[in-house]
Amino acid sequence: MSRQATTSQTVGPFFSIGMGTAIHDNLVSAGTSGERVTIEGHLLDGDGISVPDAILEIWQANSHGKYAHPEDQQDKPVDPSFSGYGRIPTDDQGKFRFTTIKPGPVPDLDGKFQAPHIVASVFARGLLRRLVTRIYFPDEPANATDFVLNLVEASRRETLIAKKIAGVSGKLEWNVILQGPNETVFFDCGL
Amino acid sequence: MAKTVTYRRPNPDTQPPYLHPAYVSSLKRAPSKSLVYLPHTLSEVTGPTFANEPMDVKACDLTRQHSGEPLGERIIVSGRVLDEEGRPLRHSLIEVWQANAAGRYLHKRDQHDAPLDPNFTGCGHTLTDAEGRYRFVTIRPGAYPWGNHHNAWRPAHIHFSLFGAAFASRLVTQMYFPGDPLLPFDPIFNCTADESARKRLISLFDWETTIPSQALGFKFDIVLAGRDATPMET
Ligand SMILES: [Fe+3]
Repeated sequence: MSRQATTSQTVGPFFSIGMGTAIHDNLVSAGTSGERVTIEGHLLDGDGISVPDAILEIWQANSHGKYAHPEDQQDKPVDPSFSGYGRIPTDDQGKFRFTTIKPGPVPDLDGKFQAPHIVASVFARGLLRRLVTRIYFPDEPANATDFVLNLVEASRRETLIAKKIAGVSGKLEWNVILQGPNETVFFDCGL
Repeated sequence: MAKTVTYRRPNPDTQPPYLHPAYVSSLKRAPSKSLVYLPHTLSEVTGPTFANEPMDVKACDLTRQHSGEPLGERIIVSGRVLDEEGRPLRHSLIEVWQANAAGRYLHKRDQHDAPLDPNFTGCGHTLTDAEGRYRFVTIRPGAYPWGNHHNAWRPAHIHFSLFGAAFASRLVTQMYFPGDPLLPFDPIFNCTADESARKRLISLFDWETTIPSQALGFKFDIVLAGRDATPMET
């Protein structure tokens, strides 16, 4: 190893002129296979104050559990209408919303499957480096055996699992709390 | 069985902490609980690819996005995007954004009373070539004041967003300019403990890419996380 990865720096308050030009909050088109889901939530700081200058980036497999990436060698169908990448800013109230499909299961490191999940990065003014988290799905039996969820202490696991909204189908709520007693679980993913 | 080749973890001193009290905005936004170590799975070693996205040539020349020329000192910022083993990251998306020559962003929340430039938006993007090289034409951004502390000024900088090959290598950083007298006083530049890591955020003035009578050249190479030597069995 001859080099070291470049140091991360905050996106600052004005990233929307750069990263904001490629907003991608609807990952689904007419031909996309899979169960449609809209995920909405609120991004809050350690005082419970809305964070209007943040951006989420998400990455997920298609409905068959296949990533649109050359490194995914699984023998599963590719969905040409689904890239799996999303970029979603928070609005003036610190709220965000995106529409996607529920991903299929992808392998873990032991030849078993992980529960369906979306990986997410959070960027904001005040964050010197991104935060990494995951979004899991409610009423999913595989959550109980998911090896990543099981790395998290049981009392904090629910911060990673989106909630159903009573009386509304196809819509889930998942909030991001940056700091405090109900803080979202964030992962050490390296960079 | 497929193998997952995971990504190297950075030396902690070479990356900023989340909580850096001198940077006031980190106080209420940094997580207070320890991060949970996430082994890299297929979800982290894959990531979005943009190699086939159509690129507008004007996207990498920030001086040609309007009918007239922006005010300021024309510069060329170029370099290579490599991994830690020195391998080029090919056809990889880079996004940049910056203030204009007066230190003002074209952004509704920028309160600095310096003039906007009708000929400068301040954002661009490009793909690296087959050798990992990139090149932007732009103007040198101005320093700007901010509310972090009394008489706080950000050194001139250009924001860079990089994807690399995987979710695990995603990086957003800032490029600075050599000899900037504000660097020693900037809590964002100084958030990282390792001095050589900080210095790598400062571009180098470069005669090779300087174009006579036209633009000064600055070199800025970016390194993204490399792969671990041993694959994990999956
Ligand atoms: Fe800035």
